[in-house]
Amino acid sequence: MSQRLPDVDELIDALAEQLRPTLPDRPLVVGIHSGGAWVAEVLRRRLGLDSGLGTIDITFYRDDFSTIGLHPQVNTSHLPEDLDDRHVILVDDVLQTGRTVRAALNEIFSYGRPRSVSLAVLVDRGMRELPIQADACGLHVALPPHRQIKLLGPDGLALRLMDARQ
Amino acid sequence: MSGGTVQPDASKTPSAAARAQFDQDGRLRHFLTTEGLDRGVLVGILDLAESFIGVGTRRIKKVPLLHGKTVVNLFFEPSTRTRTTFEIAAKRLSADVINMSATRMSTTKGETVLDTVKTLEAMHTDMFVVRDAASGTAHLIAAHAAPGVSIINAGDGRHAHPTQAMLDMFTIRRHKGGFESLSVAITGDILHSRVARSQIHALRQLGVEDIRLIAPATLLPTRVESLGVSTHHDMDEALEGVDVLIMLRLQTERMDGQLLPGPEEYFRCFGLTERRLKRAKPDAIVMHPGPINRGLEISSAVADGPRSVILAQVTNGIAVRMSIMARLMGERAEGKS
Repeated sequence: MSQRLPDVDELIDALAEQLRPTLPDRPLVVGIHSGGAWVAEVLRRRLGLDSGLGTIDITFYRDDFSTIGLHPQVNTSHLPEDLDDRHVILVDDVLQTGRTVRAALNEIFSYGRPRSVSLAVLVDRGMRELPIQADACGLHVALPPHRQIKLLGPDGLALRLMDARQ
Repeated sequence: MSGGTVQPDASKTPSAAARAQFDQDGRLRHFLTTEGLDRGVLVGILDLAESFIGVGTRRIKKVPLLHGKTVVNLFFEPSTRTRTTFEIAAKRLSADVINMSATRMSTTKGETVLDTVKTLEAMHTDMFVVRDAASGTAHLIAAHAAPGVSIINAGDGRHAHPTQAMLDMFTIRRHKGGFESLSVAITGDILHSRVARSQIHALRQLGVEDIRLIAPATLLPTRVESLGVSTHHDMDEALEGVDVLIMLRLQTERMDGQLLPGPEEYFRCFGLTERRLKRAKPDAIVMHPGPINRGLEISSAVADGPRSVILAQVTNGIAVRMSIMARLMGERAEGKS
């Protein structure tokens, strides 16, 4: 694929710009393991937030457990601060079906009751299966089903287009 | 050390019992024994349990993995902590749990047990957790289980108690960081202990070379050294330099005839006291599967002391049982990431 993908750093800058005007007090940034957590860490620094970073692994909340089983290495979810009555910025790398976000929302609510949650994604590639939209998005790209877009990291974040058929 | 030569690793040729736990595609379907399970499977269960530990400290202590599944605790033998921790584990995975405490004569097995199971299967049960005073009951049920139904052995006679062994392995790994180069002493009623058997198999598979069984000769099975352990009758001597002390409950209810000199005499020779504990390494941990007989196999000072991890074992038991249940239910499906 010859199409040049944008620089991830610039995309995160764009996310920060979109979020900044409506940023409430003491928001908590929560990244979805693993790509979302990498983006969340950079985004948190861009926004100048000194609150801790939350990470969640949605494995135990997936709706496809009964068809694909469990990955043996599940990362422990880590929400550093009480999230009751806080605004949560949920961060993921690629938004596609919306099922991951749904699972992440369910998991967040087993830790507490946030005042509100907004969704920031690096890339929205379409193909939604649930009524979920991002509040902030770095890049909209329409890809055919067999194409995949992946975030590589954590050192030197970069987007890579892949063919799912290979 | 007295007696005991380490036999060649038996894991290369898994027994029929070990193979019976896997389906035709090689996925773990039942959890019946630690015997012959390879290290990868055991470590996988421990790793997954590690991530379930955090679930117990959340405000809502539940994940939806087994949402919509039905788990029946089928206990033909009394149990408090095992049944309770299985129930809590299943509920934290969002399964629906039915507790069946049935009593039966040990002579009326076979048909009766299978009839009970078939009846419950007809109610679309997904998993049975089985305990029985007779060895082999869980295996029997597993051999006749309908496709898609998983069986977990929660203790069968003197044979095996694999989930207890796994929670003990988990507790050892959490406190000691690993298994290689550890010296582990198992003291007490080895003869009647399904826990000891399952522990020995798991410890061997996980790479523990020095396993010392400490007991009076009347409470040691014959030829137990063939499992790769050494046997000892002098507790003071045998505890020298040990990292992990596992104390077993004296199962007086399983004893027929005079196997013991008397409680005071037993405690004097094989009871764990603070004085004896000093023989082990300074950072040694003390474990006991419970329920403990204070003043019989262990003194209260040790059981409640700083080296005791007996209550941690109980907490860990929930995460480990969640891990095994999730593994069996997840293994049923395709193993893509």
